Amino acid sequence: MKQLHELTINEVHEGYRNHEFTCVELVKHFLNRIEKYNPKLNIFLALNPNVITQAEAIDREIAEKGIDRELLGIPMAIKDNFLTVGISTTASSNILKGFMPQYESTVTCKLLAAGAIFLGKTNMDSFAHGSSTETSDFGPTHNPWNPEKLPGGSSGGSAAAISAQLATAALGSETAGSIRQPAAWCGVTGFKPTYGRAGRYGCIAMASSTDSPGPIAKTVEDAALITKVISGKDPFDATTSPLVVENYPSFLGKSNLDGIKIGLVTEYLLADMRNDVKQLILEAAAKFRSLGAIVEEVSLMDPKYAVGVYTVVQRSEVSSNLARFDGIRFGHTRDSFGEETKRRIMLGTYTLSSGYYDAYYKKAQAVRTKMIDQFTEIFKTFDAVIGAVSPGPALLIGATKNQPMFGEMEDILVEQSSVAGLTSTSVPCGFVDGLPIGLQITCDQFQEAKALAIADCYQKNTTFSQFPDLDKTL
Amino acid sequence: MKITPLIGLEVHVELETKSKMFCGCPADHFGKAPNTQTCPVCLGLPGALPVPNQKAIESCIKIGLALNCSVNRLSKFDRKQYFYPDLPKGYQISQYDQPFCSVGFLNLDSGKKIGIERVHQEEDTGKLQHTVLNGEKVTLVDFNRSGVPLVEIVSMPDMTSSAEAKEYLKKIHEIIRAIGVSNADMEKGQMRLEPTVNVCIENETGIYYTPLVEIKNINSFNFAVQAIEFEIKRQVQEFEKSGIEKTATNKTTRGYDSVKKTTFLQRTKEEAKDYRYFPEPDIPPFIIEEDFVERIRKEIPLLPDQEIFSLEKLGVEKKDAKILISTQNRLAIQIVHDYSRDDRIDSKKLASLIVNGKLNPAQDVLVQYRNLTKIGITDTTQLTQIVQNIIDGNPSIVAEYKKGKTNVVGFFIGQAMKETKGAANPKTLSDVVTELLNR
Repeated sequence: MKQLHELTINEVHEGYRNHEFTCVELVKHFLNRIEKYNPKLNIFLALNPNVITQAEAIDREIAEKGIDRELLGIPMAIKDNFLTVGISTTASSNILKGFMPQYESTVTCKLLAAGAIFLGKTNMDSFAHGSSTETSDFGPTHNPWNPEKLPGGSSGGSAAAISAQLATAALGSETAGSIRQPAAWCGVTGFKPTYGRAGRYGCIAMASSTDSPGPIAKTVEDAALITKVISGKDPFDATTSPLVVENYPSFLGKSNLDGIKIGLVTEYLLADMRNDVKQLILEAAAKFRSLGAIVEEVSLMDPKYAVGVYTVVQRSEVSSNLARFDGIRFGHTRDSFGEETKRRIMLGTYTLSSGYYDAYYKKAQAVRTKMIDQFTEIFKTFDAVIGAVSPGPALLIGATKNQPMFGEMEDILVEQSSVAGLTSTSVPCGFVDGLPIGLQITCDQFQEAKALAIADCYQKNTTFSQFPDLDKTL
Repeated sequence: MKITPLIGLEVHVELETKSKMFCGCPADHFGKAPNTQTCPVCLGLPGALPVPNQKAIESCIKIGLALNCSVNRLSKFDRKQYFYPDLPKGYQISQYDQPFCSVGFLNLDSGKKIGIERVHQEEDTGKLQHTVLNGEKVTLVDFNRSGVPLVEIVSMPDMTSSAEAKEYLKKIHEIIRAIGVSNADMEKGQMRLEPTVNVCIENETGIYYTPLVEIKNINSFNFAVQAIEFEIKRQVQEFEKSGIEKTATNKTTRGYDSVKKTTFLQRTKEEAKDYRYFPEPDIPPFIIEEDFVERIRKEIPLLPDQEIFSLEKLGVEKKDAKILISTQNRLAIQIVHDYSRDDRIDSKKLASLIVNGKLNPAQDVLVQYRNLTKIGITDTTQLTQIVQNIIDGNPSIVAEYKKGKTNVVGFFIGQAMKETKGAANPKTLSDVVTELLNR
């Protein structure tokens, strides 16, 4: 029989229904694991001080009404850039150390309304500036598969929390790879909804034009359910779409992929990529074929251009978004910004300066439009495109040192889809050197149902979604 | 030597919408306890996002249309970035290269057209209060005003005297009030003025332009006039001394000291800010459809100049029409229009009586008008005949009068008025009635 921390959302609900355990017991089980493993992994920055009281209330609700909310009693780990009333929120930055939010973010509000219970806040790259969780002002998170390795980032804490099974599900956010890349490095499922599908209100802004909240979970099924809960028009976010949210879980469970056309992006098989990683992607393509899909090679713009576009747009927006931390409010001065944050503010200030705006920001936006057009063209004939999430497995802690473009190089394969605002899943597709490798399945804007259905079919027909035995790895 | 001042004006108007520009807080901030009308958005808290106020955008477009501007089909907001303690986000949401409205004009009474360059939407800042607290000099910030919708109206440098500038400002003020988007109360800071001034000097050696000077944040028409006049004199003197001409980079910013009636240097171009404008990523761009613009156009009432013209057509003198319009005496304007179809009343006279405070438009207009103008039946012989008949027919009421019940006078006046179908001059009639009753 599975242990409590191994259960998926549906399995937790099954357990509640059969009175196998209570929410308080489940929460205490996770708290014990957190107490035991967190000192080595540095995943949680803050724990919810009221979690037991809240679990007790949920148990009363279950006893009275049964399970009538989609995430009732599901213990979740929340990335520290989402404002949560009653739990300190810092975006892993010293400048916000001790900050207690005055309001609840839209997506955490929706999770709470669906009955979720928050265990605590997870570590991330400071202000989400990175792909390693190493730029956190509170130290790096360690990869549960090998604590000497990075978990990826910026949602590294949330991905590691799922991999280490310190929560049933987690919330992350992606600006360019920040959900998919740590999910890949930690060997779990990450899902980036379309930009504008889930509201950004109350999510500490990194790059406003690409920030997308999304789930990190054990399975595509869990990710689909959470995505359904957090999606929809947000009256407090003018960039969210009014499109009706589909019932994503109902699209899952396909036994084959007949009639689905998948593009294997040739440019994503980089020349300097490890052969064993390439091999896993080709095997995944073969798996799709065996499931009935048509897989053809497809060509996209060289991903290095996406890196250029993303670097300029994101730094520009960062320099502006962080201006509100002016040293007058929030209790800390601007010199408490970390190195990477300062570097991004400087670069962004430069690219927006008069005389440089046209050469950098404006040109970047023009290339971005070209990229979107190219994807639109491809998705006329293809249902999805696939490739590796990251060029290789998790790197060693310390790898970001003196590598200001570290994140961009690790995210080279996911930045294009982020810049174009697409939806994409990361699912485990094998191991190299005992470390997981992630496969991205990317679909056109607002094709969440399709991206999730394809990923679900792949996941259920493979055995790569595994969890490390912490007593052995740590 | 010929001196021609060149004056352009930037006018900021706070809109009187129900809520602020990008959040649901009330926009009416005047006299409210500090920081009681704030929320995460207008406080610039982490994670907060702006959602544009549709009503404010409609008001902005309404101002543009009233100033004969074209409404741009594609428009967007931009971030204007600078650090100041009253600016909680570190940037102001404004409009840079695609404002809601561009290129319009406003006619002065002389018939001269003053070009309008643009009308754009932005948000107001918080307010700083420099004060002493517990014996310590401190600066406090009140964010009630933060995020209040602000419209900026930028003119071309088409005005050539302080008088033209004043007329332009007064007309803008009247238009804003007439279309109902703001009371534009100068004392409450709802309308703020920034003249940009330089001078064209023609002498025997050639034609020269003095460097541009922008005068910041003036809150009265008279101060604007004084500041412009001071600046014209100063620039001519300065030019005579230094011979420095306008270049692309030597624009300066000056403040106005209303006590000394002088301007003073605030900032030179070297210190000028680079605002690092870029498109506001939190607000999608706007596509403004023609039928939306037409709907707003239909909501615009007759503008002050049009109203003055329509009163003039009734025969009202221009100076009286202007007073009625500028004081927004809606009842009086209505009455002048209503009685213009009444042969017994001369519109020119009626308007003049109202303007001079002799006739109260809230009371019986005809009676007052007749009293004041002595028209109607003033023939005492004819009235005596009529009144005598009524007295003869009502001996009991006459008896009451004799007993001291003097208010029955009204009865006789009323009856006589009825008999003359309202044509009797009330004053003459009243005199006749009293005289006959006392006989």
